[in-house]
Amino acid sequence: MKSKVWNILAGLAIFAMLLTACGAPATAPAAPITAATEAPVDAATEAPVVSTGPTKLSMWYHGAGNKTEKDVLLGIIKDYNESQDMYMVEVQDFPQISYNESVVAAALAGNLPDIIDVDGPVMPNWAWAGYMAPLDIPQDKLDTFLPTTIGKWNGKVYSVGLWEAACAMYARKSVLDKYGIRIPTLEQPWDLEEFNAAMETLKASGEYEYVLDMGMAWKGEWYPYGFSPFLQSFGGDIIDRSTFTTAEGALNGPEAIAFGEWWQNLFTKGYVSGTTQDSADRDTGFIDGKYALQWNGNWAGGLAAEKLGDDLLILPAPNFGNGARIGAGSWQFGVSANSKNIPGATEFIEFMMQDKYMVQFSDVTGNIPATTTAAAASKNFAPGAPFEIFFNYSAAQATLRPPTPAYMSAALTFEKALADIANGADVITALDTAADEINADIKANKDYGFDGSVVGPSIKEDEIAKANAR
Amino acid sequence: MAAIAKTNPQGQAYSSKGNKDRYLEPLAAWLMASPAVILLLAFLIIPFFLAFFYAFTNQRLVSPNPTEYVGLANFKQLLTVKILRLDPIVDAAGQPVLDETGNITYPREREFTRNNPEYPQYNGLQKWTAWDIGGSRWTLLAGDAVFMRSLINTFYFALVIVPGQAGLGLLLALLINQRTAGVNFFRTVFFIPVVVSIVVVSILFQFIYDGDNGLVNNTLVFLTGGRFTPVDWLASPSTAMPAIMVMSAWQAVGIHMVIWLAGLQTIPEILYEAASIDGANGWQKFIYVTWPGLRNTAVFILVTITMAALGLFSQIDVMTQGGPLDSTTTVIYQAVQKGYKMQDIAYGSAISVAFFILVLTVALVQRYLTREKDV
Repeated sequence: MKSKVWNILAGLAIFAMLLTACGAPATAPAAPITAATEAPVDAATEAPVVSTGPTKLSMWYHGAGNKTEKDVLLGIIKDYNESQDMYMVEVQDFPQISYNESVVAAALAGNLPDIIDVDGPVMPNWAWAGYMAPLDIPQDKLDTFLPTTIGKWNGKVYSVGLWEAACAMYARKSVLDKYGIRIPTLEQPWDLEEFNAAMETLKASGEYEYVLDMGMAWKGEWYPYGFSPFLQSFGGDIIDRSTFTTAEGALNGPEAIAFGEWWQNLFTKGYVSGTTQDSADRDTGFIDGKYALQWNGNWAGGLAAEKLGDDLLILPAPNFGNGARIGAGSWQFGVSANSKNIPGATEFIEFMMQDKYMVQFSDVTGNIPATTTAAAASKNFAPGAPFEIFFNYSAAQATLRPPTPAYMSAALTFEKALADIANGADVITALDTAADEINADIKANKDYGFDGSVVGPSIKEDEIAKANAR
Repeated sequence: MAAIAKTNPQGQAYSSKGNKDRYLEPLAAWLMASPAVILLLAFLIIPFFLAFFYAFTNQRLVSPNPTEYVGLANFKQLLTVKILRLDPIVDAAGQPVLDETGNITYPREREFTRNNPEYPQYNGLQKWTAWDIGGSRWTLLAGDAVFMRSLINTFYFALVIVPGQAGLGLLLALLINQRTAGVNFFRTVFFIPVVVSIVVVSILFQFIYDGDNGLVNNTLVFLTGGRFTPVDWLASPSTAMPAIMVMSAWQAVGIHMVIWLAGLQTIPEILYEAASIDGANGWQKFIYVTWPGLRNTAVFILVTITMAALGLFSQIDVMTQGGPLDSTTTVIYQAVQKGYKMQDIAYGSAISVAFFILVLTVALVQRYLTREKDV
């Protein structure tokens, strides 16, 4: 009996030893890193003259696996590192699918790099959580950018994007001509009746499996990015932007219900394939002629133009009453709050904000450059270039997804509501449930600070900013 | 450790050395067990206790707000169920108001569940489901209707999968437990799906179940000479879960087939010979020799399939994301969705705790029902 007790004690002792031994290697690598980053900072700030080498700035990027994009980024970093000898930027890239999780995990562990990139609608959440530091960049430098490429939270700039994305309705000129459907313009987009009539005409032709490819196969962020502008065009919204503390009235008011009924009609009338659309059809269905129209982003333009040539039409979003709208806010760059080198990290972001780099990014990714001058110099968006029209759409119609920390959770609620309505749920119940869920989340987070201590831009302010930019 | 000490061949003559071994042996045992113990501790036991702790707080994944103790609020929201009786809307003459299709209309549940001071007991509840019985509408309200549907779906899946998959596994095991040529080929074929990742299988089956040109529809149309109307299997609330059940059983049945096979091969041939001499037919041999011989195997398979079935997640996450209309959402899927994706760690923890109690209860009930009755 005695020996048994002794055995257990011995076991526990070894176990404790092993635990400490295991704990050590886990913290050990962290120590040299902090030492490495901290020491030179001190050297740089306290005695810059004695500094022996440049301070390292770590950077995380979401685009792992995309070589051409990475080459552009590495080129910028090389230019920056050679342009001065205070800082040395080093980038580590992550696959997009696990990027946000990596940042959240690193933030919880206190290991964020100096510079991060962040998806536009996610930024307010990270800024609110204290992961990001406001950027001290001169206003005149920001003024030339498309307003939706500047990420703001609580009246401060937190992120800057070098590119923007835009959605449009892809169509064939030959098809619209054949069925006598008017080709809409930015000045006069389709209205609700015209758009519905066009879909009915195309459906009646019997030539297509489905009239319109909405991209139901793409789950996640595509739903709020691609479809919430329709809701806004009807006059509703995911969250009431006058207070940012409720979805009541915005997501379940009469305008939102009108949108929900229209949305459900797309599926009950057989215009749009359901939520089980397979991703292969999404990629090539329009090009193969299965679908007459396709709602998609500028990134799909290259392939469509290659296959359809002059027959391809890139049409503006319809106007359902409250102005034609498309989603906005792509990946942007920002500085992490626990960076020891905020001025240096900010300086690097400022360095990136050059037209030539935006042109390089745009030329390899097909995304829209963030300034008019860069667009003019780019391969795809210069005046007369094949996709110039996307720049115009973005400048005229781009509407941010609600810039609030509540968006992270609200986006998932919105996605579920739209999927449920598409699958036949009662429209009013689905929207009421979604509004309740968003409100419960906002309440559980103490209004995400919108009790007066922070200010959010209203949708009107967005419009004023946009008008100024034009 | 006691077992190690017993098998130690060293006797009294080496007592001093034996004493030393007595201290070293447990040391070595703990040393060898430590990698597993540490991993289990870090990734199972500590998170398990953390989940219990968080379930009583308002902990968020991402938040600058401090964590607060909220008592049973999370469980209250999770588990509240109430019945609300709605009477038809009547006009001035006392006649029920009919809608365009001639059905009796009822007031909306939301009039009772949102900011109605006369019905504080229903405040904040959601409509789960409703029945029209005897001129009234009986509505079941729940604090979290999606969680209630998840519970039902999880049990539905387990109730079909446990007997279905175990039975199919036994059938396959009986088929391949024969000494005929080519039996190894079939053993391999039946086992192959097990080594394929469930995520890969789920993606492939999305194409197989496709409503327009999926393999299942094409085959059925071909076999019925065009009389079968293609069904979009994953798009309808009534077919989505059965479609996932069939796929899950197909993917996992191989492992249970092998366990059944192992059980079958422990039954001595001599028992079958004796039964033959007594004049037993094939069915009698199965009932009186094979099945009693498989008792322990059956208990093991019952418990393992139940655990796996209640933990249904990957297929849902890949194929349906809980849809259509919550017909495939499960408890684990909800825990991940709420706790991680929607950043509400406390609520996700509460779901996990509820799930733990659920699995524990099921396991205890199974243990009781399958106990050795003659001991």
